Amino acid sequence: MPVSEAPLSAPLNVGFDYTRSTGPVLGRFVEALRERRIEGVRGSDGRVHVPPPEYDPATAEPLTEFVPVAAEGEVVSWSWCAAPLDGQPLSRPFAWVLVKLDGADTSLLHALDAGSPENVHTGQRVRVRWADETVGHIRDIAYFLPVDAADTTPTEDPPPVAKREEGAPVSVIITPVHLRYQHSASPEESRYLRGLAEGRLLGQRCPACGKVYIPPRGACPVDGVPTTDEVELPDTGIVTTFCIVNVPFLGQRLKPPYVAAYILLDGADIAFLHLVLGCAAEEVRMGMRVRAAWKPREEWWTSLENISHFEPTGEPDAAYETFAHHL
Amino acid sequence: MPEVAVAGFAQAPNVRETAGTTNGVEMLVPILAEVFAATGLSKQDIGFWCSGSSDYLAGRAFSFIAAVDAIGAFPPIHESHVEMDAAWALYEAWLKIRTGEVDTALVYGFGKASAGQLRRVLALQLDPYVLAPLWPDSLSLAGLQARLGLEAGLWSEKDLAEVAARARADATDNPAAQLSGRVDVAELLDTPYVADPLRTHDIAPVTDGAAVLVLASAERARDLVDRPAILTGVEHRVDSPVLGARDLTRSPSTEAAARALDLDGVELAELHAPFTHQELILRRALGLNGDVRISPSGGALTGNPMFSAGLARIGEAAARIHRGEAGKTLAHATSGPVLQQNLLAVLEAR
Repeated sequence: MPVSEAPLSAPLNVGFDYTRSTGPVLGRFVEALRERRIEGVRGSDGRVHVPPPEYDPATAEPLTEFVPVAAEGEVVSWSWCAAPLDGQPLSRPFAWVLVKLDGADTSLLHALDAGSPENVHTGQRVRVRWADETVGHIRDIAYFLPVDAADTTPTEDPPPVAKREEGAPVSVIITPVHLRYQHSASPEESRYLRGLAEGRLLGQRCPACGKVYIPPRGACPVDGVPTTDEVELPDTGIVTTFCIVNVPFLGQRLKPPYVAAYILLDGADIAFLHLVLGCAAEEVRMGMRVRAAWKPREEWWTSLENISHFEPTGEPDAAYETFAHHL
Repeated sequence: MPEVAVAGFAQAPNVRETAGTTNGVEMLVPILAEVFAATGLSKQDIGFWCSGSSDYLAGRAFSFIAAVDAIGAFPPIHESHVEMDAAWALYEAWLKIRTGEVDTALVYGFGKASAGQLRRVLALQLDPYVLAPLWPDSLSLAGLQARLGLEAGLWSEKDLAEVAARARADATDNPAAQLSGRVDVAELLDTPYVADPLRTHDIAPVTDGAAVLVLASAERARDLVDRPAILTGVEHRVDSPVLGARDLTRSPSTEAAARALDLDGVELAELHAPFTHQELILRRALGLNGDVRISPSGGALTGNPMFSAGLARIGEAAARIHRGEAGKTLAHATSGPVLQQNLLAVLEAR
């Protein structure tokens, strides 16, 4: 095993605007919020649930009897949030509260803008602070305020809204989700990526079965042991299988048609995906010999992007039998 | 139907942060080797594989696929996955052996909770319409639950600190634990609130970890371990996801699961309680008498590797039987927010 440096690590930020159909119960609830009203639903035991579940929590019967409730109520429990996180209703310290609205029998979770924990207590009377712009989303309730507090602070921008006909009820809500991670490559992957920055193609061999993997793996999928012996591979190999991309899609870098292929480097036991350019798409075939076309050295970094694409060498094709077991 | 036994257990150290990947391979490879060495099995002997983990911890779709390398998935194996604590993967494996389809199974769970911001990531397991868009963090939700019990007189802040102190003292015998040692209850009560009414000691530490457990039919297990831990009962239940409609000071799902089991004669119970007050809720729900030793490993408060802490509770309860330290034990696992889903397993030496 080569002397190990710390694995490569980098921030990984992911985001997606989750778009969801609301259905008849939640649709009516968020539609009412857009009109600055709150509606609950009556459960099979007679209790009024706010927010409304679609099915009774006890009997699983569908619930359909809507009941208007007040935008004012009392705190059932609370917890102080001294350092708010991204996406929470307030960016200044606040209390999470379970609020039982007047006319409801269950409680709603939301934020209470109270300044400090000394200003919060169970049984406290609170009221809804509506968002300055309501769109039909739980965030139309910007937060709660002590019942006699003034609305002095503008509320945040509303979440994005799905397209809908003018005057149509809310049938879809959009909730943006953004998460931040610190992603780490494995020690084996880190060796490989650092090799690429030097223009080297480093694989590793499984100590049990002798297969050579590029990129090397944290564990051999046959034997379940980490790959260890380093193997430097040439930048020549063959196309094992391929497809011609004819369909344009968002973010595409090349103009179709072009070829995405599995490239099996000479001496490797696993193929990886790359581009085959430098000939007409219809000329690419299984067994075709190819060589890496490297980008200029000054553009190299710890990425397989250092190889712009593979192109035909003009050598005779490899016989099918020589690579059939790699398909 | 064949009875099922736990025949082997291993866990990775419960640490605040590993340098490894989110696919868990680095944590899993050594502990898989450990259970194979202890049971004399090899991967060819395993009839079924099942794991628990979460894409949201890794920040990638289908992240558990990469972990399959650690078990050696070629030639093809019979494998499954749950997006829950691996205790629920154990349930699936237990069923598979009960049906007679296989006579061995390997269950594993893993999670690198340190890669993201755990208390925020966990908001995404909540209702996606009325809760998750507010990003309520897991600590704050537990704080709401703890206060309900404090104000109802069910427990005091001192009771909570005593739970934490006992857990850390017990963990001094557990080399895998992240937190351990003697702490003074009065000193704990002098520390500041993190999510008022909860303090640092009330909250399980963010933990990276993994666990592996080998199941076998009772007949097969006798060849693998001297004192197999027979799973004489496994039950799991779920409570409503509507937080405001539940009595958060109780755990009806745990109570219902316990009613379906024979808990008479249980000597110790490994409880998966990531917050001090949740241990008190579980103890009441299980109706255990004062002689039953609670979480002698230190429990989740001394190391809570996401998606394997529940499986590890079953492993710890089984290991006491393997070592001849107990004849009948109980293990509990939880998944979801504020004890929403709960699984119980009774283990016995026979």
